[in-house]
Amino acid sequence: MMGRASAGALATTSGSTIRPRARAGGIIREVGRFAIRQPLGATGAVIVLVLIATALLAPALAPHGPRDAAFTPYQPPSAGFPLGTDNLGRDVLSRVMWGARLSLYVGLVSVVFGITLGALWGVVTGYVGGVADSASQRVVDSLMALPPIILALSLMAALGQSVNNVILALTLLLAPTAARTMRSLALVLREAEYVEAARAIGCRGWRVIARHVVPNTLATYIVLVTVNISYAIVVEASLSFLGLGAPPDEPSWGAMLTAGTQAIEAAPWTFLFPGLAISLTVFGLNLLGDAIRDLTDPRLRGGLG
Amino acid sequence: MRDYVVGRLLMFVPTLLGASIVIFVLLRLVPGDIAEILVLQTGSESSTVQQKQIQQIRTELGLDRAVPVQYLDWLGRALRGDFGRSYVQQRPVVEILAERVPRSLELALLTIALALVWAVPLGVVSALRQNTWPDYLARVVSLSGLSLPIFFTGVLMLYGLVRVFGWLPPLEFVSFSQSPVENLKQLIWPAIAQAYYISAPITRLTRSQVLEVARQDFVRTARAKGLGERAVVYRHALRNALLPVVTFVGWWGGRLLGGIVIVEIIFSVPGMGSALAQAVTQRDYPTVQAMVFVSALVFLVINLVVDLLYSWLDPRITYG
Repeated sequence: MMGRASAGALATTSGSTIRPRARAGGIIREVGRFAIRQPLGATGAVIVLVLIATALLAPALAPHGPRDAAFTPYQPPSAGFPLGTDNLGRDVLSRVMWGARLSLYVGLVSVVFGITLGALWGVVTGYVGGVADSASQRVVDSLMALPPIILALSLMAALGQSVNNVILALTLLLAPTAARTMRSLALVLREAEYVEAARAIGCRGWRVIARHVVPNTLATYIVLVTVNISYAIVVEASLSFLGLGAPPDEPSWGAMLTAGTQAIEAAPWTFLFPGLAISLTVFGLNLLGDAIRDLTDPRLRGGLG
Repeated sequence: MRDYVVGRLLMFVPTLLGASIVIFVLLRLVPGDIAEILVLQTGSESSTVQQKQIQQIRTELGLDRAVPVQYLDWLGRALRGDFGRSYVQQRPVVEILAERVPRSLELALLTIALALVWAVPLGVVSALRQNTWPDYLARVVSLSGLSLPIFFTGVLMLYGLVRVFGWLPPLEFVSFSQSPVENLKQLIWPAIAQAYYISAPITRLTRSQVLEVARQDFVRTARAKGLGERAVVYRHALRNALLPVVTFVGWWGGRLLGGIVIVEIIFSVPGMGSALAQAVTQRDYPTVQAMVFVSALVFLVINLVVDLLYSWLDPRITYG
């Protein structure tokens, strides 16, 4: 929001060379204010940035390939292998780094797919109402009545183990929740005065949804996305833990941790480091998600009265 | 009120039908059925003999029919209370349910009780000291509960118990009626592991609710008429703040039956969740269908009860 407002100010005073510099200073000041007012959120942002950097730079940063199995198995951490080696003699540090790539990829893609699908589904059926709405609500009910991990497990059993199928399973897991939230929002927006005004001047249904309803669901959409990335990452790891996640040679943190439980006594590093990687990631994402939710919820501003 | 309850109960029907169809179709999509597994496990004969055996088992179990026919057959029997026989355990699924449901129910109740005992006070303290160190500490503690995946903390806990206390996962489950003490010894650790995880959202919800309620007019009125801080917080703010917590805990309660999969597996609790996950991987269709049906039904019933409880706790809410 802040970004869009200053961009507008820029456009009206185009040609000025002072504005951009002032704007850059403003952003730094904004970041500083965010860090002071939301220390936890800022910590989360730093963790998430480090994670994204690791994920993007894994091919350059990782000392070995994630599938290179040429070393002695179960070597304790040393200068050559800072986090030791695993049961097949693969470098744990390299696998944890590549794991960041896999986790973030699965988390981001499945959440964007799942929440977008669910949001469109909820907004359209909520706005249209009637039979379409009640029928779609029964579908949402049915999917939500199933224990989520069992639904995901059955999907993986039916589809077969691959990274793309994990994404598909997560998409189907996330969509109903998003549909429910967005539908109730659409029910409120449907009655809003500006929507009524749009209808009164003769806008067609799709135009009203696209131009007037959808833009107002954006804040909720962003919150849903940020809150669910960590959930998706944990479910991905859980599926690996239950033996039906990404294929075994993929550097999935969940699969690494599961393999590590077999050697928790002899080689605790194979268990601890992937576990810490998941925990730190989810922790950072949760901190950031909280801060974003607080910022978008005006009811939570200000202190206790 | 009665119309509302009847309406909600009627909506159970399409929901349960939908849920059972989803799981039925998914299981039929799983490559390799029970007939193949049974034959190929034991088989040392030539493949044509095996193919014949596979076909024979499929015919016996009715798996050679069209999927919609199989579903209607299953539904017809299920409505009469006959959930069929487990392919793997070779006994009626109802028997397995009678054995597993009480265990998971007990674990779920224990988990919720443990979670509430410390999550609610922590959330209240966190809200009353908003943006101070106790608040940050409480938030970090509860966030860590949410961030540490249960398969990580669970395995760590189990390892610690085994190493430090010489605790061993039970070989045989002892029910509460057989020996309450032994039973609690078996269930307390998995309950703590699960409670640590679910207490995080409870703490967070309590905190945000207390923060929101504390800004409302009736709290200001209570302060204005000179009530002490204690009375304002406990008698006025907290009572109202905890309403959504009730809904949330109810929602979790509905989820916990059939949903505590990982903790049950780690701590070898022979409950519903672990049985369900195992049945999915074993393609034991009748067991999966019956267990999914029961856990969906329990989920719906608990949600309805929670909604009714809500209107009883908050008279402003009426269901007409």
